[in-house]
Amino acid sequence: MTGELGQLALCFALALSLVMAVAGLIGTRTEANAARRVATSSALGFLVFVVLAFAALTYAFVTSDFSVALVAGHSHTLKPLVYKISGVWGNHEGSMLLWVLVLALYAGMVAFLQRGGERLTSGALGVQGLLAAAFILFILFTSNPFLRLDPAPFEGAGLTPLLQDPGLAMHPPMLYAGYVGLSASFSYAAAALLVGEAGWARAARPFMLIAWIALTSGIALGSWWAYYELGWGGFWGWDPVENASLMPWLIATALLHSALATEKSGAFRTWTLLLAIAGFSMSLIGTFLVRSGVLSSVHAFASDPTRGFFIMVLIALAIGGALALFAWRAPTLQGGAAFEPASRETALLLNNVFLVAACACVFAGTLYPLILDALNGTKITVGPPYYAITFAPIFFALLLLVPFGPQLGWKRGDLKAAWHSLYPALGLAAIAAIAVLAIVAPRTIAATGAFAVAAWLIGASIIDVRKRKGARASAFAAALAHAGLGITLMGVAGTTAWRSEAITVAAPGQSFTVGPYTLRFDGVSRVKGPNYIADRAHIVVMNDGKPGAVLQPEHRLYPAEGQDMSDTAIRTTGLRDLYLALGDERDDGRFALRAYVSPLAPLIWIGGLLMALGGMLSLWGRLRAPAREPTAPAVVQAAE
Amino acid sequence: MKAVIAFLLLMVPALAAPVADTFSNPAMETRARNLQRQFRCLVCAGENVDESGSPFSADVRRLIREQIAAGQSDGQIQDFLVARYGDVILMKPPVQPDTWLLWLTPFLVLGAGGVVAWVVVKKAAARSA
Repeated sequence: MTGELGQLALCFALALSLVMAVAGLIGTRTEANAARRVATSSALGFLVFVVLAFAALTYAFVTSDFSVALVAGHSHTLKPLVYKISGVWGNHEGSMLLWVLVLALYAGMVAFLQRGGERLTSGALGVQGLLAAAFILFILFTSNPFLRLDPAPFEGAGLTPLLQDPGLAMHPPMLYAGYVGLSASFSYAAAALLVGEAGWARAARPFMLIAWIALTSGIALGSWWAYYELGWGGFWGWDPVENASLMPWLIATALLHSALATEKSGAFRTWTLLLAIAGFSMSLIGTFLVRSGVLSSVHAFASDPTRGFFIMVLIALAIGGALALFAWRAPTLQGGAAFEPASRETALLLNNVFLVAACACVFAGTLYPLILDALNGTKITVGPPYYAITFAPIFFALLLLVPFGPQLGWKRGDLKAAWHSLYPALGLAAIAAIAVLAIVAPRTIAATGAFAVAAWLIGASIIDVRKRKGARASAFAAALAHAGLGITLMGVAGTTAWRSEAITVAAPGQSFTVGPYTLRFDGVSRVKGPNYIADRAHIVVMNDGKPGAVLQPEHRLYPAEGQDMSDTAIRTTGLRDLYLALGDERDDGRFALRAYVSPLAPLIWIGGLLMALGGMLSLWGRLRAPAREPTAPAVVQAAE
Repeated sequence: MKAVIAFLLLMVPALAAPVADTFSNPAMETRARNLQRQFRCLVCAGENVDESGSPFSADVRRLIREQIAAGQSDGQIQDFLVARYGDVILMKPPVQPDTWLLWLTPFLVLGAGGVVAWVVVKKAAARSA
């Protein structure tokens, strides 16, 4: 019954999204007050029905209603409750419903907050409605989560054990909040093009921030999950799925910076609009890459192209439509701001140049092999070495320039004074470089450079904070986020350059060393989890011959899914991780063990957290400030 | 897609570590490990031959070590593996006519962006003066 209710709710949501689209777009006309009211209320109604549809699917998962095909295919009665719930989006159909739920939440927020002029809000709702209708059609026609199974099986097939993890339960909602959050900026940008309102960057800023915070946290969470779950100690593999989330992040970061200039000084008006379109386009392309099956094989995609084709048409319409609108309307918006070469505007412009180039690099690296294979069947791999040669230097150059931005004034800055105030940071960078060269082995140029740049960023953030003493909390957002970048960089450099590992096959009682640690393997015991059986190793960290902490990595077998996987054990000092993974048993009672010592690894995620906190600080300040600049003109004059 | 990757990862027995086959000569061992990182496990999702536990990777590791023991240079070993499995085994894509665009795109975009930024700043400065 709930399945049918969910299906019905989704159909109502489709109808309401169409109403929202039409009414919202009509509402961009000055006199269409009634249409605007319809758009607002249909957005809220649309949200209610999507929530109902999602709740119906969640109910089916929680109650293990195996007459719903999706539940039978992806759940199991023995699964803990939290993984029954996360199972809702641990599959294609459910994750697309989550996508629409997040879209509906943003539409609801746009309707509820009514930021910017009423015509602007109405236009944004109209575009959100068009996107929502397209995605609900996609779900209903190609990926219906409510399809029934007759007869219902007695037991479900279970959820891939890799996904049965708290980190990955939270990862997709977080990432989607970011992906789809960019739809709000996209809709506002399209609406601004339609009605010619200048205040859109300010109106859309909270949505940009929420999307950016969610993307930052989602990526950090995903990389943390990969680190502790996949058992090889890595945190980023330049995998296409990871890249699909990095591209929107890079553009969203560029957008945040560019929109700031548009808002504060009217610079880069058209460019910011284009970035807002590009940001959501990257989200759509990411969704296409991940959801169409094109990544596993171009040919698998070609043999069952229904879903991929549908998304491709959807992307073409969304991106093509937005770009056409841009080409048509953008020339009327050109303001042409005036600023000196040494100014914050120039710094933000350079930020954008480097971020877009970095995104181009990830874009090429992700799509080139697919295109080449489709064109002439040539197969190549674009692995980490490609990004080390292309992405790393571009991003490095960007980081070198970051400290200048906050030190330069709007319109007319003083480069010499900026340099001067950054001297202490330069000193800190030199000290960091010398310290790394003197103390840590092995010496590497990359790690030395990375630590110097990290110190440069953190030092500059401290200088920035001291300069703004006494200001509102949100004034420190940039300093916090930039310092977070430096801290993440230290983590990345530390683990990459100085990780030590030991791969061994040990018998119970045997000791081995990894980095500074001596470990004793005390054998394995069999334990029973809620839906798995595990071999749990007991490994003792020895301090001068005396036993200390015990680590218990597991090797788990999930009988329902018929799969096994390893559960790592990590002991962290906050500055260094000892990381253990248990492998399979050898015939003679010995076990394969993998041990890593990753110096500074926790900093990778601490830095990510700081960046997200910086975003939140800024958001907090934004939501308290009025949505429209009191002195700014509401309507842009056509170019003179 | 996550599920697909998870599935691919799970097709391989977890952590079948390359223990039996290690060189006692540390220089040769370092060379072998470095080489192993440059080739991709073709049945895994983005893992290199060094970190992957698949039978495929075990085979490639054995091949690499045989070739090192036979006195082949790194270049010869790479040529051997490319001849056997194709360019797709290289973690670093080859530089050849059909990958020029791949290698150049980031820097073309950077250059174009730089030129545009230059023009924009000049114009803004002219207005400001």
